[in-house]
Amino acid sequence: MTTQEATYKYALRLGDDSLILGHRLSELCSRGPILEEDLALTNIALDMIGRTQALLKYAASIEGKEQTEDDLAYRRSENHYYNHLIMEQPNEDFAHTIARQLFVSVFEYLFYTELEKSKDETLAAISSKAIKEIKYHMQHSVDWTLRLGDGTAESHKRMQKAVNDLWMFTGEFFEMDDLDTFLLHHHIAVDVTSIKNEWQSYISTTLCLATLLVPADSYMQTGSKKGIHTENLGHILSEMQYLQRAYPDAKW
Amino acid sequence: MTTDTQLDLWEVFIQSKSGLPYIHAGSIHASDNKMALQNARDIYTRRGEGTSIWVMPSKYIVASNPDDNDMLFDPANDKIYRHPTFYVMPEGAKNI
Repeated sequence: MTTQEATYKYALRLGDDSLILGHRLSELCSRGPILEEDLALTNIALDMIGRTQALLKYAASIEGKEQTEDDLAYRRSENHYYNHLIMEQPNEDFAHTIARQLFVSVFEYLFYTELEKSKDETLAAISSKAIKEIKYHMQHSVDWTLRLGDGTAESHKRMQKAVNDLWMFTGEFFEMDDLDTFLLHHHIAVDVTSIKNEWQSYISTTLCLATLLVPADSYMQTGSKKGIHTENLGHILSEMQYLQRAYPDAKW
Repeated sequence: MTTDTQLDLWEVFIQSKSGLPYIHAGSIHASDNKMALQNARDIYTRRGEGTSIWVMPSKYIVASNPDDNDMLFDPANDKIYRHPTFYVMPEGAKNI
């Protein structure tokens, strides 16, 4: 494995994260609980699609096979996607949407704060821009977690269920495989094990303030770094890639 | 008028550049201060319209009654001498 090959795959993983969650959030367009929230969620979706563009463009340029970021997004199959499993989980109700965003945004905030120090200048630059956006996503999801958790009996029940349902997808954030270790050695990647404690303490504090219980650590789902996904990703891709599959190279 | 069931109404004021006045941009729904600021940001500043936002609950706005328009605004209509249009512009002055 050369540094170049490894960085290509690393950028792909990060790009897939924001592409898939961005797509999930975009499904809520016109379906938000109120107009204001509809716009807030689609704004977050747009931030994520923007970050995806930068990351996949970079991945394509490292790969050097004259692919574009669109080729990477629309022409890979499920087992060549490397997003964390939590990104592809369905929106369900508003509580699930918020819990997923809370877990992801706190992780991304800590992650990109570290990646900003990367020796890879492009990844560092993308990180600086992303952090500003993620700070806002984090504030938005923390505020809603507090409102829903400490709100009515119904909102509390739903928020607790969402937190419990999604908890098993959070272990994956802190896994290191050979590629991570290799790039960490070259001062390019982030040591995710080093941000685990901070993530846990931030999430625990937020959940406690929201009068919610922190789930006990149990079995954690894994697989995305090897391209193994839950059944949800296939459904996302069949919708997202439909046009490109049905009409390859379509132009308008 | 149908009843508004979507949280409280807030008025949004945007300042486009430091030093300029805050201009009324529209209204939003929100249940608390923080949500009001975030919703205002998401709805009215997505295309770089502003550098600062004020929000205030619409219920605190005191508005004039349209029935009082005659009393309040008509008397101003025929007092052209209240406009500074009878002064001769000093030579060389560009902006007065």
